Amino acid sequence: MFPVKELKRSALISLWFAFLTFPIMVIKVDPIERIVHWRWDNMFFIAFGSFVLSILAKVFMIQKERRASRKKRKIAAEPLIQRIAREPRFLYPLVVACFAFGVSFPFLFSTYQTNIMTTALMYVVLGLGLNIVVGVAGLLDLGYVAFYAVGAYSYALLNLNFDMGFWAVLPIGGLLAAFLGVILGFPVLRLRGDYLAIVTLGFGEIIRLVLENWNAFSQGPSGIANIPRPGFFGMEMTFAGGITYIYYIVLVLVVITIFVVNRLQNSRLGRAWLALREDEIACQAMGIDKTKTKLIAFSLGAFWAGFVGVLFAAKTTFVNPASFTFLESAIILSIVVLGGMGSIIGVIVGALILILLPEYLRALSEYRMLAFGAILVIMMVFKPEGIISNVRRSYKFKGTNTPEGEIHE
Amino acid sequence: MDYFIELLFGGLTRGSIYALIALGYTMVYGIIGLINFAHGEIYMIGAFTSFIVATVLSIYGFPLLAIVVIAAVAAAVWSSAYGFTVEKLAYRPLRKAPRLAPLISAIGMSIFLQNYVLLAQTSDFLPFPELIPEFAFMEPVAHIVGSSDMVILVTTAVVMVALTCLIKFTKIGKAMRATAQDKTMAVLVGVNVDRVISATFIIGSALAAIGGLLIASHIGQINFYIGFLAGIKAFTAAVLGGIGSIPGAVLGSLVLGLTESFATGYISSDYEDVFAFSLLVLILIFKPSGLLGKAETKKV
Repeated sequence: MFPVKELKRSALISLWFAFLTFPIMVIKVDPIERIVHWRWDNMFFIAFGSFVLSILAKVFMIQKERRASRKKRKIAAEPLIQRIAREPRFLYPLVVACFAFGVSFPFLFSTYQTNIMTTALMYVVLGLGLNIVVGVAGLLDLGYVAFYAVGAYSYALLNLNFDMGFWAVLPIGGLLAAFLGVILGFPVLRLRGDYLAIVTLGFGEIIRLVLENWNAFSQGPSGIANIPRPGFFGMEMTFAGGITYIYYIVLVLVVITIFVVNRLQNSRLGRAWLALREDEIACQAMGIDKTKTKLIAFSLGAFWAGFVGVLFAAKTTFVNPASFTFLESAIILSIVVLGGMGSIIGVIVGALILILLPEYLRALSEYRMLAFGAILVIMMVFKPEGIISNVRRSYKFKGTNTPEGEIHE
Repeated sequence: MDYFIELLFGGLTRGSIYALIALGYTMVYGIIGLINFAHGEIYMIGAFTSFIVATVLSIYGFPLLAIVVIAAVAAAVWSSAYGFTVEKLAYRPLRKAPRLAPLISAIGMSIFLQNYVLLAQTSDFLPFPELIPEFAFMEPVAHIVGSSDMVILVTTAVVMVALTCLIKFTKIGKAMRATAQDKTMAVLVGVNVDRVISATFIIGSALAAIGGLLIASHIGQINFYIGFLAGIKAFTAAVLGGIGSIPGAVLGSLVLGLTESFATGYISSDYEDVFAFSLLVLILIFKPSGLLGKAETKKV
C-alpha cells in the first residue's frame, strides 16, 4: 500500500533531521570542566522518530484528501456538534447535564481536583473575554494578560492599603481594567492589525515591568502575599470549604459570561463586530462607528480579564509579576484559536483541554511545554479553523408557498 | 563627554545587533505578511550552535581565528537550516489559512524551539568563550569603545552592504522584490515563489545567527531564553522603521538601540525595556506606518 517513493522521501527527511539536530542534540559541552559529551544515541532516536512521524503524517494527509474528495460528491455533512447546537431538543438536556456536572463536581472529586477545575474555569472566562476581542471583533490582542494583572493587583493593593473586601473590589477590578482598555485602545485601535498586535504585546510587557520595578507601589518581584480569600457574610471557612466556595463563584461567573457573550454575539453590537472583522470599509459605509465599536469590544474584553484577575488573586492569595508574562497571553490566545475563533463552545472546550491536559500530564512535566508548542503547530497545520468552528448565524426562509421549495441561505 | 560617547557607541552596538535580527522579521513580513515569532528562537539557536562549536574547538585546541570562522559558518548554516525547516513545517501549509493561524503556529514553534533547547542542553546560563580579542590599536580609546563594539559595528556594516547588493543586483534579490510587491504577478512572470520564500527565511536566519554569535561573545553568556526578548525588541525595531522596509529596519534598530542606551545611561536602568516599548507606542500613534514605511491606502 505504501509506495517506495514515499519511503525514500521519509528516509531523506530523517537524514535531514539528524543533520538539523546534530549540534544541539548530540553535542553537550561542559565549558568549565572542558569536557565534550557525544550523545550519539540521541541522533538515532531523532532519525528513527522523524522517519516514523513523516510516514504517519503522509498517511494522514492521504486520508484527508480521500475524505475531501468523498465529501465533494455529496453535500458536506454538518458536524455533529453544530447539529446538536441547533436543535433545542438535544441542546437543552446537554446544557443541563453539563451544568449539573459542574455543580456536583466538588462533591464527586477531591479538593485538589476542584482546585484544578477552578483554574480551568477561570481560563474559560478569560478565553471567552478574549474571544470577544480576537474572535468576534478580529482585533489581535497579544497583551491581554495586562488587564488580568490589573485586576489581580487592584484586589491585592486595595486590600493591602485600604482593607477592602473581595466583593467590593470585584467590580472595581473589572472597571479599572476596562478603563485601562479604553485608555490604551483610544490611540491604538486605529492601527492596522499587525501593529495592533505588537503594541498590545508591548503594553503587556510595560505593565509587567512596571509592576516588577516600582517597588514602592507593588512590592516588586517578591509580590504581595496573604491576600484574603473571599468571605461569605463573615462566615469562617475551612481550607477545603474555601476552595469549594471559590469554585462556585467561578462557576457562576462562567455561566454569566456565557450568557452575556452569547446575547452580545447576536445583538446589533455583535453583528457590528463581525462586520468590522470582515471588512472595515464596507462596515463604515453602512454607518457603523468604527472606533466606538472597536473600543467597546476592547474594553469589554478587558473587563472580563479584570474580573478574573481579582478572582485569581483571591484564589492563590498571592500575586507577583511572574504570573503575568507573555506566555500567559499566548496561552489564552491559543485557547481561543484552538477552540475555534468566535465559537463559544469551542472556546470552552479549548480552555478545558489546554489547561487540564498539562495538569494531568504532570508526570511528563519536563516535556509539557514542548508538547504544548508542538500541539499548537500541529493543530494549526491540520485544522486551522479550530476544534469547533463557529457557525455563522443564518436565517432560513420557510413557510411560503413558492413552488421552488425551500431556500437556503 | 566621554560618557556621552560611550553611551553613543553602546547604543550603536546594540542597534546593529537588533538590526541583524530585525532584517529577518522585516524581510519575511515584506514577502508573506507574517510576523515570524520563531525568529528570536532562530537567533538563540544560532548563538547556541556557535557556543557549542566554539567550545568544542577550543577544547581540541584550535587557533582562535579558525574557531571564529568555523563557529560563524556553523551558526549560519544551522540557523538557516532551522529557519528553512520551520517555514516548511509550520508556515507553508498555512499560506491560505485565516490570518491568525500562521501567527499561532509561529508562537507554538517559538515555545517548541525554546523548550527543545532547554531539554537538549540546559537551563543554566553558560559562559560564552571570548572570541573577540582586545586589539592593540584600540588601546587608547579602550575605556570608551571596546574592541568587541568595534567588531560588531564593522561586521554589521559589511553584512548590510552585502545584503543590499544581494537584493539590488542579483537574480534572487530581484525575485524577492517582485514577490514582495505582488505574489500572484510574480508567479505569472515565472518566479518560483516557494523558492523565494525559502531563500528569504534562509537569509534572514543566517543574519540572525551572525547577530547571535556577536552578541553572545559581547555579553559573554547565553541561555535558552535569550531569543524571546531579543526577538521582541528586534520586531519592535522593525515596526519602528516601518515593517517590510529594509532600510527602515536598520534605521529603526539604530534609533531603538540609541534610545535604550541613552535612557538607561541618563535616566534609570530598571526601565530599559519600558523605554523601548514606550517609544514604539508613541511612534505608532503619531506615525502608524513607521519611520520609513509607506502608508497603505486601500482601494475599494
